[in-house]
Amino acid sequence: MFRVIFYPIRGVIQFFEGIGRYFLLQLMLFRSLTSWRLNLINTIDQMMLIGARSIPIIILTSLFSGMVTAVQSAYQFSSFIPSYYVGSVVGESVLLELAPMITGLVLTGRVGATITAEIGTMRVTEQIDALESLSFDPVGYLILPRVLAGTIMFPFLIIIADFFGVFGGWVSAHAQMNVSMFEFIKGFKQWFTPWDAWFGLIKAVTFGFAITSIACYHGYYTKGGAQGVGKATTITVVVSCVTIVFLDYVLAALFL
Amino acid sequence: MIQVENLYKELGSKPVLKGLSFEVNDGETFVVIGKSGSGKSVLLKHLIGLLKADSGKVMIDGENIGALSFKELQRVRQKIGMVFQSGALFDSMSVGENIALALRSKEEFTKWEIKEKVKEALEIVDLAEAADLMPSELSGGMKKRAGFARAIALDPQYMLYDEPTTGLDPVMTDMINRLMLKFKQQKEITSVIVTHELRIVHDVADRVLLLNEGEVAFNGLPAEIEKSEDPVVRQFMTGDSTLAIGEKI
Repeated sequence: MFRVIFYPIRGVIQFFEGIGRYFLLQLMLFRSLTSWRLNLINTIDQMMLIGARSIPIIILTSLFSGMVTAVQSAYQFSSFIPSYYVGSVVGESVLLELAPMITGLVLTGRVGATITAEIGTMRVTEQIDALESLSFDPVGYLILPRVLAGTIMFPFLIIIADFFGVFGGWVSAHAQMNVSMFEFIKGFKQWFTPWDAWFGLIKAVTFGFAITSIACYHGYYTKGGAQGVGKATTITVVVSCVTIVFLDYVLAALFL
Repeated sequence: MIQVENLYKELGSKPVLKGLSFEVNDGETFVVIGKSGSGKSVLLKHLIGLLKADSGKVMIDGENIGALSFKELQRVRQKIGMVFQSGALFDSMSVGENIALALRSKEEFTKWEIKEKVKEALEIVDLAEAADLMPSELSGGMKKRAGFARAIALDPQYMLYDEPTTGLDPVMTDMINRLMLKFKQQKEITSVIVTHELRIVHDVADRVLLLNEGEVAFNGLPAEIEKSEDPVVRQFMTGDSTLAIGEKI
């Protein structure tokens, strides 16, 4: 009986413990910022892994999300709205929402899961203890390069996603509604403001930091063996997805 | 000198160390034995500050490492080398790079000196040919020796060994024991070895501590533990599970 009553209470306590531990890790991360020079090569390596190697999947997902937006717009516009408005809808949808959101969700799987699995495996095989025993700061050596790389590279990935999303939208609009590039750009310019692009980049930096720091946190505090690593990786993906959706709303409410 | 005073530690809600006190003198090889789950590895992690005590002190050369700042703890850790049970080699680096990374942590060696020291450390453990191999390509014994090389490359004043011979064949066990003796004799290193293998007690120990359920059951010379009539000590030394102490099967 007591167990039934205390189970949810214990869950709430563990939730807040987790949040407290996450913010403590962020404090340690900011403390380790002073050692960024020592970890510069590591950071560049991570920028390659997180950024450059994610480009193909970002191109693919953003291209199709732009295309599907154009198809759906065309379907809803039917004959009442001029076809060049597809450019407006695709442009606004991609820049404000689709490119940052789809990129964030895709990279949660590709980058977040990888980071947790890597750091978690290092934890359960005592490699992090070994680093500490060799007088290294594991937060500066393992977490700082990944979080820096994520925060720096995400905006570049979003810019690529913006470009291919809009391009995919035009390809699809051209194929479905015979919209010329001139018309599409005319529509795109109709509602476009530079702030739309800046807002996408603000989202990119926020999502980049959130995904990598959540992934590092779950990896760093992994317990148990292979099962623990698997569990931590799953939790990372779930928590990151929910956090991205939540941050997406918060940022929209704050800046739009 | 290592001094442990009244050390308590709980993991979860389970008490693991219950008021441990002992000293390890300079140049001594101190072997901590005990059943699996008796708190040996937890104790070892306290000696290098990987775990923080709930209460009590761990003093290294008179400094309470539980009260040190992060930077000060890093300075103290430079005196200590640790060999992990699984080797704990960084699996994204070759054996040579593992040792070089350890040396780079000191920031006082040139690239050429690091290269020479890596070579020297690998020769000591008879792994000169393995510098370019990845940890996944090594056997269990080779991983342990590579871990030794990484720890010894820093010329530590203290060495901590966590189950250094567990899972190895008798010949490899003998080789590891000889390595530990070599470090002691040639480099005058103070060592703390955590194990449940009595062969290490016979071969390398100057003094032995038997841990039983987080408490000191025996602390003395290897010759004394052989003669002890204490039932807990007798049970461990004979490996007889039918002796009427503690839990029964």
